Amino acid sequence: MKSVFVTVGTTSFDELIACVSSEDAVQALRALGYSRLVLQIGRGSVRPDSAACPGIELRVFRYKDSIAEEIRSADLVVSHAGAGSCLETLGAGKPLLVVVNDGLMSNHQLELARQLHREGHLHYCTCSTLVETLRTMDLSALMPLLPGQPGKFASFLDRAVGLR
Amino acid sequence: MLRLLESLSQAYVPRHYIIADTDKMSEDKIRFLEASRREKDGEQKFTIHRIPRSREVQQSWSSSVLTTLHSLVYSMPLVFKLRPDLVLCNGPGTCVPLCVSALLLGVLGVKKVLIVYVESICRVETLSLSGKILYHLSDYFLVQWLSLQEKYPKSVYIGRTV
Repeated sequence: MKSVFVTVGTTSFDELIACVSSEDAVQALRALGYSRLVLQIGRGSVRPDSAACPGIELRVFRYKDSIAEEIRSADLVVSHAGAGSCLETLGAGKPLLVVVNDGLMSNHQLELARQLHREGHLHYCTCSTLVETLRTMDLSALMPLLPGQPGKFASFLDRAVGLR
Repeated sequence: MLRLLESLSQAYVPRHYIIADTDKMSEDKIRFLEASRREKDGEQKFTIHRIPRSREVQQSWSSSVLTTLHSLVYSMPLVFKLRPDLVLCNGPGTCVPLCVSALLLGVLGVKKVLIVYVESICRVETLSLSGKILYHLSDYFLVQWLSLQEKYPKSVYIGRTV
């Protein structure tokens, strides 16, 4: 049973929640074989109910201490551009679609999502292009993000302080 | 930052963690990290200190100056008491007054403190406000992306470390 996990982070992103649970989006997801939709809505005021999304199993929650489990059990993660969710998802090796909040254009968090997109690690869209992107994106084209190397930092620092 | 600390050898001891007073998450994470280090390296000294946050996200420049000064009043005695060999920081506003205090230790001839700044992975094209200030004050300034290193020649890029 393929599932999609949608996360908005610590604040809210009502437009994304409304858009991803719209009839068109649900239809597109079903056509791709997804039968479960999990929404993390933060403090948002849009809270879709199952009746509004026929044909897909819907689960909605506001926050969880850790969304690691949700990410692990998802086949696709749809996320806001926050660095934490992006890195956590890619770190778990899951396909990621980042939906940019048009209302936050100057937000520096976009820098990271944009860079990860340039390097081919994620797909990228806005709410208005979400349905189209769901239909056309190629998840197999995404490149895995190699883990960072804290060990390199340790050696660098050892040299800087004169330990080696 | 904690992921970087995890990779450091046990030569870096004692470890003094300084976090903003409004920070709810970090203390638990620090204690968790130290507990796992204790299993590996045995008992090592660490302390946790709190100082007023010098700048909240989105806070304006002018009021940031005031809150940073306020934070400096707390940082200065703390840094003079701890007299670290190394200050390691990763960008929240709280590290600016700490680095200024550490720099002052050197200027006053008390102790030369090595200041190492690691810019956030979120910064690909521009430096954070703390980064812009500490670019000039740090001994080593590490960035996570090559594109940023090219813009700031004094910075160091050794690959993505987080």
